[in-house]
Formats: sequence, structure tokens, C-alpha cells
Amino acid sequence: MGVEYLTPEYEVIRNENRCIACGVCVRQCANEVHAFLEGTEKIISDDAKCVDCQRCVSLCPTHALKIVKNDCRLRENANWDNDTIREVYKQANSGGVLLSSMGNPKPLPVYWDKILINASQVTNPPIDPLREPMETRVFLGKRPQKVERGADGKLRCELLPMIELSMPIMFSAMSYGSISYNAHASLARAAQALGICYNTGEGGLHEDFYAYGDNTIVQVASGRFGVHENYLEAARAIEIKMGQGAKPGIGGHLPGSKIVGDVSRTRMIPEGSDAITPAPHHDIYPIEDLRQLVFSLKDATDYRKPVIVKVAAVHNIAAIASGIARSGADVIAIDGFRGGTGAAPTRIRDNVGIPIELALAAVDQRLRDEGIRNDVSLVVGGSVRSASDVVKAIALGADACYIATAALLALGCHLCRTCQSGKCNWGIATQRPDLVKRLNPDVGSERLVHLMDAWRHEIKELMGGMGINSVEALRGNRLMLRGVGLTEKELQILGIAHAGE
Amino acid sequence: MTPKEGQVRIPSGCAIAAVISREGNRMTGERIIEAMKPMHDRSNGLGGGFAAYGIYPEYRDFYALHFFFDSRDTRKTCEAYLKERFEIYKAERIPTRKLPQITDEPMIWRYFVAPLQSVLRDLQLDEKEFVVRTVMHINTSMKGAYIFSSGKNMGTFKAVGFPEDVGVYYRLDEYEGYAWTAHGRYPTNTPGWWGGAHPFTLLDYSVVHNGEISSYDANRRYIEMFGYKCTLQTDTEVITYILDYLIRRQELTLSEAASVIAAPFWSTIEGKTDLEDKRKHIYLRTLFPSLLITGPFSIVLGFDGGLMALNDRLKLRSMVVGEKDDKVFVASEEAAIRVMEPDAGNLYAPAGGEPVIIRVKEGAY
Repeated sequence: MGVEYLTPEYEVIRNENRCIACGVCVRQCANEVHAFLEGTEKIISDDAKCVDCQRCVSLCPTHALKIVKNDCRLRENANWDNDTIREVYKQANSGGVLLSSMGNPKPLPVYWDKILINASQVTNPPIDPLREPMETRVFLGKRPQKVERGADGKLRCELLPMIELSMPIMFSAMSYGSISYNAHASLARAAQALGICYNTGEGGLHEDFYAYGDNTIVQVASGRFGVHENYLEAARAIEIKMGQGAKPGIGGHLPGSKIVGDVSRTRMIPEGSDAITPAPHHDIYPIEDLRQLVFSLKDATDYRKPVIVKVAAVHNIAAIASGIARSGADVIAIDGFRGGTGAAPTRIRDNVGIPIELALAAVDQRLRDEGIRNDVSLVVGGSVRSASDVVKAIALGADACYIATAALLALGCHLCRTCQSGKCNWGIATQRPDLVKRLNPDVGSERLVHLMDAWRHEIKELMGGMGINSVEALRGNRLMLRGVGLTEKELQILGIAHAGE
Repeated sequence: MTPKEGQVRIPSGCAIAAVISREGNRMTGERIIEAMKPMHDRSNGLGGGFAAYGIYPEYRDFYALHFFFDSRDTRKTCEAYLKERFEIYKAERIPTRKLPQITDEPMIWRYFVAPLQSVLRDLQLDEKEFVVRTVMHINTSMKGAYIFSSGKNMGTFKAVGFPEDVGVYYRLDEYEGYAWTAHGRYPTNTPGWWGGAHPFTLLDYSVVHNGEISSYDANRRYIEMFGYKCTLQTDTEVITYILDYLIRRQELTLSEAASVIAAPFWSTIEGKTDLEDKRKHIYLRTLFPSLLITGPFSIVLGFDGGLMALNDRLKLRSMVVGEKDDKVFVASEEAAIRVMEPDAGNLYAPAGGEPVIIRVKEGAY
């Protein structure tokens, strides 16, 4: 190979006074950064291979390691910054499309951080969640327009199938294949323990996880991987994936190297074959086709499962969502442009789609203007990072939030954004058995339960402060929000007033 | 310039009182005015009002529209609009007494009207829905005109001032009704005009309310999907529309409507041993989650032939009920009941979320 013109992005700093040459770093790094200098007890590092996943740093028993950004920089240029130039070099080297993982890291506005939450003072008492009941339960799905009574005058208490959640959060779609068996096991167990749902993603449902069916949302994506009758039957709800926030308008590609063993069987495709997810569903070109798929899935499951339609937040999202609401869907899931991914073309991840906050506000308002808000529930993700993001999302109008990146962080992800390599040192985004076993599902599920317990407490505190004792009374309650540093236009789209108003 | 109520949301504290005769015996407004006096400090002189049922028996078949107008021109325009849609049986100024305590009065008129059948047929609307739409249209689109009462054989009387003065101003001693509700307001801001005072009414539903609901915008944005327009940004307005929606449009019973707005906690529902009752509560909470009202409230809903008193489910506002003979009394404080009836008995404070429904016996109103 010729000169690549690329300097290492990170520098591995080893404090030789602390290093005891135990070799943990050598064994832990799947990227093979660390190695014993041949014939010696001395460990050397190849900075060029480092992805800054912090595995070696976390496990080094003497804290001898740190990873820092390489300060060897090209000449300063405000237009041609370092990353842009590196990307040109990479493409000149390979001739390929640049790949990235996880969510858009660019410094674009995060509207959650420009929205502030209200609290009660004097005219209305705050409620102490330690003393008073504070309810976080939600039901997702379609609600009938009119109350019906039987001939005896009693209410006919019949509801359509809905998803009951103990709190307004679900684990978002991540396929078996893009993440490991142990990661899925952790999510499934935690979802069951918490009374919420996780989502299979498009890779099918491993037979071991059918036991968690009541807490499982199964996905039907354009590749139809792993979709069969029992798969649909096993689920609490079925999600049609039309798009993903990290890569709106394109499909997916799980390389054949990851289609091994159980992954191949679960996806129902041959070992070693690339799993190519088409950009569109080839049976859905216009909206009326979506209606047919929604009802095909309902027919196949005797109308016992709510159907979710998941779309990426794109420019015309309000009209799209309004169309979906009229297509028989019970829930619309919208994925913002910061949503994560196991692999996406960098240009698409960083430049396509719109922020979820604006998409949510626009969709919720449009569905109300059209009088069809009760026909669907709204679930938003990409990215929801904390309990306060959840509270803001619900006050803007969401019924529940999807979280995935936060869940992976709980499992140990350090957001190095190189999932596409399949060499995840944390045992999450990999199928290598030696790496997968690093993630213990007992520990993983416990950490997920901890995270959600903590968020539930925080949601209750925030609601109590507002004098609200049920999440239902928070939903769409935009008066509880104020913007800071936002333009008139942004405030108008968000449907909130500015702080001080 | 200070914004007028409707352009800004004004939280308020309040006093409420109500009296009803189960036998349909009519009483003048004097007793309910007296009830507001011991609760004087619960108001701050920026709003008071009354709703009275059974006061227009001679016009019982007509909708009694009570109007505030800002000028003669507005009234003329509004009358022209009404004439295209209604038969106007009678139009007159609402009689008032001049009082130094009550100033800045608008022109206050009432019209006894019946919708033109030809118009109803054209629009394919029932009479009540047509009246509701007329009220919404005038209150949102006709600047300077405001309908503050629109039921049959009932009327609302309200103003900026202390309630005991407002009652004298409107000469309520000259009316006789089988049920009265009253309200004294403690708004945090100057309302700027009279529309924001309570009771708030739509058709024969009237609401007096003490509290500040934390679910306001969730409730408002939901109810506005069904043609209601919250022009005043007050809790009472949205509660009135919610009750109209649940009772008139969804045809829920009063206690079912109470189970929606002051729903029992899930833990309470789960503990219910009456399975039919349990199913009903799960159904109502699941169907109408956005009509749950949180935060403190005590309300008295007046309607044709009865009253319903209800507290929020945590009981964050005081409300007591008492009775004597055919009469039932409700008030924020026992003192108000004692003024109305020193010998009232069975005094109790209803639990949070427990509706107290009092109906006049059939045929007596």
C-alpha cells in the first residue's frame, strides 16, 4: 500500500512508570492496537488502529493508559477543517462511500437544550412524588372516536389492542446482527422487568427470546428478514420500518461476515450472504400501498396486534404522518436525524433529515388540526438522551419515547462510532464470540433497569414540580415549556412561548 | 398596555358556593349573595359572578343569550348576524343597579332566541350544536361582542368586582331560581374586562371553579380538536368545554364524566373488586387520557335540573357539602353554608374525585 496521507486520529499515552506489562490491553483490544514488542516484556501501541473506545483505559489495572486526540494537526483552515481533509484522503485512497456509525455528531442545534421546564409556585402546589402517587403508565394505540353503549345502557368497554407501558419509554429497534445476542438478551430481560417493550429491529427474533414476546415489538422492514407467522404472533406489536433517522431514504447493508450461525438462521438468509435492505419497501411506492401492508399484517394476526409505522423525520413529516394516521396505523414512530445506526453513509447521516423536536411539534399539531390525533399514538426517538428530554418530548406532544443510544451506553458503549467494523470491544456491536461474551446479560439487563428506574424517578420529580401527577396530563402540555435563545420561527414551530413570556 | 384576559393566562384563587332545592322550590339570589360575604378574603375584587337556574320560566323554550358589547355598533352588527340564524323573541338590556364599586361596565344585553329550523336543516345540525357553534363564532370572531350565557331557563351574571357587590349590581334579589352557584375570584393579574369572571357557561352547563389546573394546555389542545375555542385561557373555560364534550357529545353520565376528569389512580382501579366497575374505569382512562385534569380544583357544575360538585383526585382545594330539608349546599368553606342555613346538617368534605350529584326531582324544574 502506498502512502495514505493519514495521521493517526488518536494517540495512546502509556505511563511507563505505571505499566506493569500485564497484557490486559493486548488481550482486550480487538483492533490490535497494543502488542508486546517481540521478545520483550514491553508493550507498544499502534495509534493508527485506535478508535478511542476506551476499553483498554477502563480495564487497565494500574490506570497507565489514556487516549487523547492527536494534536498533530494540519495547518488551520476554517473552511477546510481537519476532518474534511481526512475524508478526502480516505476517499482518494479507497474510492468508496464513507461509512459511519451511531448518531450525527455535528454541532447542529439540539432543541432539547433550548427548552426549559416549568414548576409550580404559590398559585398551585408542587406535588411530592415521595408522598403522593405519581403515575407514569401509558397506553399506545388507536382510540375510538365515540363511546358506545349496549342495549342495557352500560358502556361497552371494548378497546382496540394497545401497548401498555409502565413508563413512556421503549428500547428502540436494533437488529440481531447489528448488535449481539447478549445485547438483545439484556434488552429483552430489562424490558420484561420494567414492563416496557424493546424492539427486534429488522433482523428477526432469536428463538430464545420468544419468551419475552409480550415485551417485544417485532419489525417488518423492507428486507423482510426473519418475518414469518410465528414471529408476528410472538410480538406485543408489529412495527413497519419505512425509514431510520440516521439514514433517511436509504436501506441497510449487513456484511456477509456478520451473517453467521444464529444470525443467518434468525434472518432466514444463507450464511455469509450480505443482508441488503432495499431503500424502499418494493410493495410500498405510494401511501395507499402502506395501508395494504398495515392491514395485511393485521389480517395475519387477527387484529390482535397494534401496528406501528416508523419513519425518519424529513422535511414534509407533518403531511407524511397525517397520511400514515389515515392508513390504519395505530402508532407512528418518528426518528430524528440524530438517531443512531450500526452503519450509515457518513454524508447521509450528517446531512439528511431534520431534528426530532421540530418534527414532533409539527406532527402533533398537524394531527390535532386535522382532528385525528386520537387515531394514533406518537413515539419519538433520535435522540432522547435523558429524563428531561423525555419530559420535554411528552410536553411537546409525544406519547412515548424510543431510546437506543442511551440504552447502549448503559450496556457499556463508549460511543466510539465504529460499529460498522464489527470489532466492538464492549461486546455490543459484534458477532465475534470472544467479544460477545464480554457483555454479561445479567449485568447488562440490571444496568438497563437501573437507568430506567433513575429516569422514572427524575420524570416523577419533574412532573411533581409542575403539579402534575400523571403523565397523561403532561402530554401535549406545551404551556409547561419555554424556549431560550430561539427565533420567532423556531418558537412558532415548537408551539411554545419564549422564557419570560 | 396591560394585556386583556384571553391574551394572557391568569392564574386565580377563588371562593365558590352553591345551593339547590331538590324539590325545585325557587329562591331569590339574596341567600347566595350572603354566602359569599364570609369568604370575602378569598376574592380580591377582580371578579365575581353567579349562575341561576329556573329564572326564566316564561321563556323556557328559548335560549337566553347574555351578551357583553363594547359599543352600539358592535351590538347592531351582532344583532344582524343573529337575525339571519335565530328568531329573536325578545331583546333587552339586563337590568342593573349603579354601584360605586362596579365600574367600567360594558353594554349588557340579553336575547331570548330560537334557531331558525331552515338554517338547522341546511347545516344538518341539531339545535344545541348549532347554538354552540354560534357562541364559538361570535366569541372568537366578533370583536367587542361576547356571549357569557347561552342556556335555556338559566342565566349567568358576572363582573369585575367582589361577588357580593356583583350580585347587588345585577339585582339578583329580583330573580328566583331552584339552583344558584356563585364565584369570587382572586386573579393574579388585572383581567382588563368582564369575560374572565366566573361562572363560565356553555348551553345550560355552568362551571364555578376554585383552583389552578396543571393539565391546562394538555386539556385545551385536546378539546380544541372538537371545535371548541379557548379564548379566555382560563381553567374554567376548558373545564366547561370538557364537560360539554363528555356529557352532551359523548353522552357520558355525570359520574362517568367525573371518572374521566378526576380519574382514580391506576393503583385504586387495580384494587377494585367489582370487575364491571374496574373495566369501566380502565376503559374511560384509556379512552380519554388527555381529559384527565390534574392540579387543584373544586368545581360546581350547574346543569338543567341539577348540580355536580367535584374535587381533584388529591383534594388539593377545600370543599364542603351540607343539607337541610330540600336544600343542599356546597361551598369552599363551612362558614358560607352556615350563612345560607345555620341549621344545615350532614356536613362533610367529599373525598378527592368523588362527585356529589344533586338532582331536582323530575317535573319540578
